[in-house]
Parts: sequence; C-alpha cells; structure tokens
Amino acid sequence: MTSSLLFNVTTFTYLVSMLLFFAFLASRAKALGTAGIVTAYAGLLAQTGAILLRWKESYDMGYGHAPLSNLYESVVFFSWTIVLIFALLDLKYKYRVIGAFVMPFALLGMAWAQLGLHSGIEPLVPALQSNWLLYHVVTCFLGYAAFAVACGISIMYLIKAGSEERGDSTPAGGLMGMFPPIRVLDDLNYRAIMVGFPLLTLGIITGAAWANYAWGTYWSWDPKETWSLIVWFVYAAFLHARFTRGWVGKKAAWLSIIGFAATIFCYLGVNLFLSGLHSYGGGK
Amino acid sequence: MTTDQRSFLNSLWDFFCSLKLTMFLLITLAVTSIIGTIIPQGTPPQEYLQQISPAKFKLYQALGFFDMYHSWWFILLLYLLTVNLVACSIKRLPHIWKTITQPVTVLGSGLEKTLPNVVSFKAGGEPEALQAKVTAFLKAEFAEPVATEDDGARHLFAQKTPWCRLSVYFVHLSVIVIFIGTMIGSLFGYKGFVNIMEGESVAKAITRSEKEIDLGFSVLCEKFSVAFYDSGAPKEFKSILTVLENGKPVPGYEHVPVIVNEPLTYKGITFYQSSYGNAGEYRFLVTDLDGNNAVPVTVPATGSATLPDGSSMHVLETTPDIAPYSPGLSGPAANIEIHAPGGASERVVVYANHPELNVAHAKEHGKGPVIHFKGEEKRMYTGLQVAKDPGVWIVWLGCLLMVVGIFAAFFLSHRRIWVRIQHGTVTMGGNASKNQAAFQLFFDGLADKLKTECSGEKR
Repeated sequence: MTSSLLFNVTTFTYLVSMLLFFAFLASRAKALGTAGIVTAYAGLLAQTGAILLRWKESYDMGYGHAPLSNLYESVVFFSWTIVLIFALLDLKYKYRVIGAFVMPFALLGMAWAQLGLHSGIEPLVPALQSNWLLYHVVTCFLGYAAFAVACGISIMYLIKAGSEERGDSTPAGGLMGMFPPIRVLDDLNYRAIMVGFPLLTLGIITGAAWANYAWGTYWSWDPKETWSLIVWFVYAAFLHARFTRGWVGKKAAWLSIIGFAATIFCYLGVNLFLSGLHSYGGGK
Repeated sequence: MTTDQRSFLNSLWDFFCSLKLTMFLLITLAVTSIIGTIIPQGTPPQEYLQQISPAKFKLYQALGFFDMYHSWWFILLLYLLTVNLVACSIKRLPHIWKTITQPVTVLGSGLEKTLPNVVSFKAGGEPEALQAKVTAFLKAEFAEPVATEDDGARHLFAQKTPWCRLSVYFVHLSVIVIFIGTMIGSLFGYKGFVNIMEGESVAKAITRSEKEIDLGFSVLCEKFSVAFYDSGAPKEFKSILTVLENGKPVPGYEHVPVIVNEPLTYKGITFYQSSYGNAGEYRFLVTDLDGNNAVPVTVPATGSATLPDGSSMHVLETTPDIAPYSPGLSGPAANIEIHAPGGASERVVVYANHPELNVAHAKEHGKGPVIHFKGEEKRMYTGLQVAKDPGVWIVWLGCLLMVVGIFAAFFLSHRRIWVRIQHGTVTMGGNASKNQAAFQLFFDGLADKLKTECSGEKR
C-alpha cells in the first residue's frame, strides 16, 4: 500500500459520498443520507491513513518532514480539514444534507491535487525546516476549512431564502424541505465562522511568530500576510455585523461567501498571481 | 458650553462609538489593503516607470501607493479603528461592569418576565429547610448561591463565569497592546544586516536606511558552509559564529552554528542567516600570443581586474574539474567575461591544464592576450540580518490576550440561576449570555432534578 494509492481511494470515496448526498437531496431517502455520511467518514479515514503514510514515506526517503510543504500537499491537507470540520459539525448537529454543499469542496481539492499537481515528495528547503511549519499550516488550514463549510452553508441559505421569497415553499415537500430551516442555516454559518475565526487568528499569530523567529520581523506586509489580514478583517466585520442584528440572514450569508472567496485568494491567488515569501504555490 | 457645542460633541462621541463606523473601517481596511498587494512596494522609481505612465506614477506616488501601509491615510484608518474600539469599549463597559459586580440577586416579577427559562412548583416543608436544600443543591450542581431575603420571600442567586462578559474588551485591549508593541519596536529597535568574511569580525550593522549601528560587541564568522541535496536543491546554509566582547570570546557564545530558522541572540540583538557569497579571488596568468610578457592577474570574486592591454575581465563561474562538462578535458577551468576598451565584450572558458586551448582561442581572434587559469582562493562571507525589537514581547502578550479573549468571547457563557422560595412555591429562572439552546437543555435538566430534590423522596 502506498500513500498515492490511498489518496486515489480517498478521491473516489469523496466522489461517491458527494453523489450519495446529491441522490439524498433529490430522493429524500434517509438511507442515502446515512450512506453519504458513512462514505465521507470512510474517505476521511482513508485520507488520514494516506497523509500519515506519506509522512512516513518521506522519512523512508531520508527527507523526513510533515506532508505540508508544497502545493500538492497543502491542497490535500485542505481537503482533509474540510471533511474533518464537516464531520465535527455532523456529530454535533446531524444535518446530513449539508454534505451536498461541503463535499464538493473536498472532492474538488482532491481531484485537482491528484490530476493537476506534482505529487513528488521533495526535501525541505532551508526556509521551511522548522516545527513552526506544522503549527502554522495546521491552524491556518483548519480555519480555512471552517470558512469553506460556512460558505457551503451560506450558499444553502441563499438558495432556501430565495425559494421562500418566491413563495414556492410547499411545506415539508420539495427539495427545499430537505434543507434545515433558514434560521438554523444562519446560525450554523455563524457557528462555523466562530470556529474558523480563532483558528485563523492563531494561524496568523503562529505565522508571525515563525517569521520573527526566522527573520526577525513578525510582520512585513508581504502579500500573503496582507491577504490573511484582509480575510481577518472581513470575518471580524462579519462578527461585528452579527452584533448589530442588522446583518443576519442574506447579508451575513453574502459576507461569508465573500470571506471565503478572499480566503481562497489568500491561499491560492497570492501564490499564483502575486510574488512573495510563500513560494510553495509556484511549485508545480 | 452652549447646547450646540454639547450636541456637536455628543454626536461626535456617538459617531466614534458607532458599530457602523467599525464596519466601515474594517471593510475599508480590507479593500484598500489589496492595493499594496498588487502594486509592488518600495521598488526604485525607475522600475515603476517601466510599467506605468509618468502621470499614473505621479498619482500613485501622491496617494502613497508605493509604501501603502505607511501612507498617512492608511495609518489614519488604523488610528480611527483604535479610537473607535476604545470609544465603543468605554461606552459599553460600565453597564457590563455593573452586571458582573452588582448582580441582581432578587428574582422579582419584573426580572422573571424577561427570563427565557422559568419553572415553578409547589414544595412542602419549612422555608428554612427548603432554602438549605436548594442552597446545597445549587452548590453541588451549579455554583454557590447568594441568599437574600426580600419582602417575605427568600431569594437565591448563583452564577458561572461572569467575567467572560469582559472577554470582548480583552480582545479590543489586545489590539491596542499589539499596536503599542509595534510602536516600541519601531522607536527603540532596528533592522539591519551585516556581511562577515570568514575569519573576520564586525562590530557594526547597517540599517535599511544605510545608517551604521554600533552593536556594542563584535561577531566573528569562523566558517560558512552550504550543503545541497542530491537534486541540487539547497539543504542548509550554516555560519559558525562567535561573539566577542573587547576582542575576547564570550563564554556560551563560542562556535555557535547559525542556520536558517535557527538564529543567534545576544544582548537582545538577533542574527539571522540570510545570504552568503564568495569574496575570494581568482588567479590568472596573462601572456602575449607567443607566450612572452607573462603577467599574473588576480581578479576578486566580487569585482573585475584590468588586463595589460587595457581591457577588463571578471569571472562568471569556475569549476575545479571541467571533465563532466567537456569530455576529454580535465582540471580547473573558469568562465570569464572580457570587456575590450572599445566596449565589446566576449565570454570565454579558460583552462588550467590545457594552455594550448587558451592559446588557440586567442589565435582564433587573431590577437592577445592569452589568459591561463591558475586557480582560486575561495573565501566565503556570510550575510546576516540583524534585528533588535524590544517591543516584540509586548506584541506576543497582545497576541496571547487576543487568543484567550476570542476563545472566551466565543465559547464561554455567563450563566445565571435565580431561585425564589415563597408561600411554599419554588420558582427557578435562568439565562445565559450565549448559546441559549444549550443552556435551555441544561436548565430543564436542572429543574427536573430540583423538583425531585424538593419533593423530599425519590419518586
């Protein structure tokens, strides 16, 4: 068994899970929802195994580092954190149908990594040889993943709110009957961001601590740093908006989607379009 | 003060306290920050002018886009945000403080109406015994209650984590602490660099604004080395440093290896491995076409040398053995660039073990000089970043405060329980500052238990 085989299994499992959730959405057969979540858990397990195996493989090759060092590894890890956060949400709230809006993100990540990115295990360049890499990447990506889940929930919110506004809510029937009530979706969006925001804050702080330790500057307005601050500002605005009560519902959902778009740009856009210290994104 | 002035000050105060201002500032900061990630910061003007028109350049310069994050208007936004959060905190703090320090301990009918969770039931027995029972129950199941007698009724009040209501102020305070830390850093600290040759020491660093800073001690670079992976990617840059005070090594700071991600700190000044280079020299022998008038020429690794015929040369790269690049040849070789006085330049490989090839090349061009490679003295220098930031611990303190504050603000809740015992009826009410749904479950469970407890015996 190699990690790359196990990653392929993961990708396939996430595909099946997503399709099961879609089928669940269309048919409203409870068994399909259960099958969807069970498959998602199986995929999470396979991916956890694959990440650990890849970690071990890097030691076997004599390089020995956590699999978080290049674009391939980070996309895979992002996908893992998304399913993890979704799993935690499911354990707590049991709204299966959210899977139909979250699993596509995880699948997209895995498919892109498997098909489009260079998957070789490379030795660490001097700049990345630090334990801070682990703390920084893990906190950032758990935060990103919570925002991804919040984004999926916000999309559900907008769809459901839109259909209710059009007045075609046949009570307890139709596709919309499957969605949690909009009040619940609004609350879940808030709760996911409530988890993501402290993690992003920790991610920025661990990044700053690392930068200070490695270069003597905890903040240098590097594009990646600046974008992480932009994301932080957007979600800080979201949270403050929540307290005014004026910004619940649709506005909050849009702010959450904008926040996730900024997150994705912070993660990928900065590496692909702008220059800076976080050069792993160029590593194709 | 006239009423006009007062109303103006009031509206100014309201303006700074408003959450709308907070929203505006956060979103404006987010949007404007993008500019500095698209326009390169702090590049020389010529490079900008190659990309954009002079008119645009002037406009951007006037708007401070080339040093965005230090422009007056960006700093102003940050100051406004600070004033805003201080004002908001001042406005709301007294009320919160009162909630924490002077809790309402009596469950009056007015309070009862505002509570989302209330239960009432009949209970027999003496009021004193009932009160003791409820007190013990609350202490065991929730928190130690405070008892008050009021208007013939007995009231008990218990609460958990009231201070978590302050957490949002800790988050606000943490932002200010971080700002103070950065200010101390920029006032009393500096960032600079030093280049140290192997075997030499320096006592001064150069800041980014080219100012010399006396370190107060000196740093000796004993050795610098680079290691590579088989793939050719760099594996490690390492300087061996020793700190010298009055020319003598400081115990504990001798032969310290400094690599990327593992700096050396002495007396609050930290040295970070950042670059390196060769400052050694290359030796050549230059002759006429027929081999006469041999002159040794030494070319520094970081510069060029003048040849007898007036042209100049510098070294692009060297190798200790040419064999892997040119099969059939062996020994050291140098790739050099020669600049004729007329301005023409040419690149040529010269050898140590193959003088005939050096001559043949010179002949091809029909004139001298003939250049023979004689070897090189490698001498590495290490490039270290030097930083002193006395404010950094205040920044970390602020960060800690922020993380603790955010966690407390999101995940802790101030929970309160009131119990009134009157005319053989026990009334319990409660509320929580956050997560009402979870509190409701907790409250219902608690109420059931209390009922069982007060009924005296197990059902």
